[in-house]
Amino acid sequence: MVDSAVNTIGFPVLSLIVLVPLAGALLLLWLKDDLQIKRLALLVTTLDLALTLTLLAHFNPDTHLMQFSEKYQWIPALDIHYALGVDGISVLFVFLSAFLGWICVLASWRAIEQHVKGFMCALLVMQALMLGVFCAMDLFLFSIFWEAMLIPMYLIIGVWGGDNRIYAAFKFFLYTLAGSVLFLVGVIVLYFEGGQSFDIQILMTQKYPFAVQFWVFIAFFIAFAIKVPMFPFHTWLPDAHVQAPTAGSIVLAGVLLKMGAYGFLRFSLPMLPLATHYFATPVVLVSLVAIIYGGYLALAQDDLKKLVAYSSISHMGFVTVGLFALNVAGLKGGILQMFSHGIITGALFLLVGLVYERTHTRLISDYGGLMKVMPIYTTGLAFFTLAAMALPGTGAFIGELLVLVGVFGFSKIVAALAVIGALLSAGYLLSMFKRVALGKVTNQALTNSRDLDAREVVTLLSLALFVLWVGFYPMPFLNIMHASVEHLLQQTQAQVVLISR
Amino acid sequence: MAASESITPVLAILVSFGAALVILALHQRPNLRDATSVIAAVIKFMLVISMAPMVLRGELIEYNLFTVLPGIDFAFRVDPLGMVFATTSSLLWIVAALYSIGYMRSLNEHAQTRFYACFAVSLSAAVGGSFAANLFTLIIFYEVLSLITYPLVYHHEDEAAWEGSKKYIVYLMGASKTFLLIAVALTYFLTGSLDFAHDGLLKEVSSSPLILTLLYFCYLFGFAKAAIMPFHAWLPAAMVAPTPVSGLLHAVAVVKMGVFCVLRVIFHVFGVQLMGDLGLGIATAYLVSFTIITASLYALTRDDLKARLAYSTVSQLSYIVLGAALLSPGAMVGGIMHIAGHAFSKITLFFCAGSIFCACRRRKISELGGIGHRLPWTMTAFFIASLSMIGIPPVGGFISKWYLIVGAIEAQQLAFVLVLLISSLLNAAYFLPISYTAFFDKEAPPSGAAPTAPIREIPLMAATVMTTALLSLLLGLYPDYFLSLAQEVIK
Repeated sequence: MVDSAVNTIGFPVLSLIVLVPLAGALLLLWLKDDLQIKRLALLVTTLDLALTLTLLAHFNPDTHLMQFSEKYQWIPALDIHYALGVDGISVLFVFLSAFLGWICVLASWRAIEQHVKGFMCALLVMQALMLGVFCAMDLFLFSIFWEAMLIPMYLIIGVWGGDNRIYAAFKFFLYTLAGSVLFLVGVIVLYFEGGQSFDIQILMTQKYPFAVQFWVFIAFFIAFAIKVPMFPFHTWLPDAHVQAPTAGSIVLAGVLLKMGAYGFLRFSLPMLPLATHYFATPVVLVSLVAIIYGGYLALAQDDLKKLVAYSSISHMGFVTVGLFALNVAGLKGGILQMFSHGIITGALFLLVGLVYERTHTRLISDYGGLMKVMPIYTTGLAFFTLAAMALPGTGAFIGELLVLVGVFGFSKIVAALAVIGALLSAGYLLSMFKRVALGKVTNQALTNSRDLDAREVVTLLSLALFVLWVGFYPMPFLNIMHASVEHLLQQTQAQVVLISR
Repeated sequence: MAASESITPVLAILVSFGAALVILALHQRPNLRDATSVIAAVIKFMLVISMAPMVLRGELIEYNLFTVLPGIDFAFRVDPLGMVFATTSSLLWIVAALYSIGYMRSLNEHAQTRFYACFAVSLSAAVGGSFAANLFTLIIFYEVLSLITYPLVYHHEDEAAWEGSKKYIVYLMGASKTFLLIAVALTYFLTGSLDFAHDGLLKEVSSSPLILTLLYFCYLFGFAKAAIMPFHAWLPAAMVAPTPVSGLLHAVAVVKMGVFCVLRVIFHVFGVQLMGDLGLGIATAYLVSFTIITASLYALTRDDLKARLAYSTVSQLSYIVLGAALLSPGAMVGGIMHIAGHAFSKITLFFCAGSIFCACRRRKISELGGIGHRLPWTMTAFFIASLSMIGIPPVGGFISKWYLIVGAIEAQQLAFVLVLLISSLLNAAYFLPISYTAFFDKEAPPSGAAPTAPIREIPLMAATVMTTALLSLLLGLYPDYFLSLAQEVIK
């Protein structure tokens, strides 16, 4: 029934990857001491990261088929299975989630002082669910992971957030819930139209009539566009980011936003190819608006976290514009941009968090001359600022380059306009860096700030490693996704060719 | 052309980068720190020049680090054009390193460690750019050069420095973000490669002339370091930097990186054939002629010595681009020669301006009456370099101007002969009065700010300006090295 999958490891590695953080969260409940809790959380996430590295090491990049598949019957009456599997696209995000999960524990070492046990539990549960989303091969299972993610994230923002956390948590919850409801509607339609199966691979091979595709695409689009977030569904994002604790922001920017784009890749493009082609131009235009409008808004921010949040909207616009250019370069660029944006924006939120822990302010105007007080920190800030600007030699440059090459194949004018976003990003990032790091120390409260310690430096260095790796040697990443992207593109085009004949 | 593999270009790039790390480590030991700069400069020059014999024989030296994307490598290739730029900048770094010691110490400048470290890295970027084998590698070094020179421009950290450096970074990064990213993406889209090719990467591309024309202008303006109008305003603004920076970077490394990139695009991305077919050569020639004349007129009106030199640089850079754009053999040789010709003379002029400032804190030309008697060596060097800029034999600038004029005639574009002659007159009009004032005007009464100490030559600085002046004289008498490289480029 299902393509015989290639599993080269002798144990259910995907289940382990999903369940290890969950088991860790349960274990934490027995501990009392905060330091022990943190150490266990670190151990669990390190183990999980090691497992994903094993996964990558055994991944076969020559096939688009699902690998490491596991499938057990769950609710036979509805043909629901517990089915996991990864292809060349999702395996990258499995790694990204596990990696950023590890970073999050390190980032919360000192930032979280109250209810440490609850926080670490929420973080680990969150990680398990995110990994579940990227591994799920059954639509029902996927939806459960997808919906359940809301709860720990709601708690992370609502309990450990800033002053206005309740408002931000509610806004986040309501927006995402609205999207989820539409997503569920789409799922149910697919289930009945697609031969009453929840198996994602079976659903991919169905040929739905255009009318069905049209409406399901709209439902899915709204659901995913809220997650990405795409203009005009982006307004929850700045509030959520500003109020969330550092680890929350990292997860939100690094992984949750990617899920929207992943949804497009996994469902909209292969299952609804006709509607995808029909809607490609509007989606590209909306993405273009996000690129420019997000950058323009970032230019006006005085709050560091808001600035990074709005820049995310702009950078994610590059992702969606690449995906909907519907060609190899665009798709690869979009996926690579997702990956490197996860790393770079995660690092930027971490940097904002690090300095906030010390100074308790996020206003750019409260800073100035940080280079003189915290030279190591400022070096890190400079590096990731330049990375976010997509300087050649960093991952974002390769992502944007490939996206632009892809968009040239779609429309040269769109590509030319997308460059405005790149220009704006140089504007807000350089001006932010200048105002924060250079010049005289104007705020006396800064003078006693201690520079980074070894733990913080290691965290930043591990992120920087990937920025440079993707920036100079992206071939391993592109090779992993190559077969899957080619296959995805065939799926998207096959039906269109049939119809147009 | 035959090519061999060698790691020397990579070493030549890394020397100054390594030196920067040593400089940072030695921040408590100023003597050792400054010696590091000089030693690194000498090693760098030796490494660069050690490759010259092979390149002059028409061989290429390659070093391929790894493949970034299909068709894009992180790779180096030493060719004659790159050699012209690399020799010039690495040779002048030795002189500039010595001069900086005199300058920074006599003014007791702050943040000297940062200054020397950034200075060293910027040389890595310049030589890295000259040896880059493709647009990807070139642009990495291009951007590194913009960023690493930013702290050098805001060095004084006062109001004026922040203003000037803001303009500097906004122009350079803005232009590259707006034009270069899209140009590189389009080139990769059209050809699937970013490698420089001997007769043009784009020569076999079938695309509409409109797209190719737009692509070309994206490159021309994206490389804003070339300071072609209207993207020139960053250069006068960058004069807030300490004079060694203005001298080596804003007369040699940074601006030459700009014109070097433009030349790369003209010769090795578009190719002479395509440039001619699309009529882009002649369009560029008119554009830069406008810059040559207008910038000279600006220079005439400036009383601030460094500002006058800055506008003169804007004008002279366009000579180089003009030479390439005329697409005739003579003009191309002239343009390439002028990379070196302008560098040796302009660095002398800037260094003289710095020496004058160190000796008596004067910046304005009108305050320089009689200074030639106090600073005879400095002002003699200034005079020699002025002659080169005007194009009077036997100083270096004459050779390049000669070839440019011959080339314009070859290309049957007599209008540009006129442009060259008018601009030479303008050069004379804004340079000669300075020497006249210095030697023949009455000494200016000391203004309030002037130090009471007598105005005297600072030996180390006087020696370095005389060296560069003599080098530019030597370039006029024995132009063989650069001339053969230039002829190798257009083969």
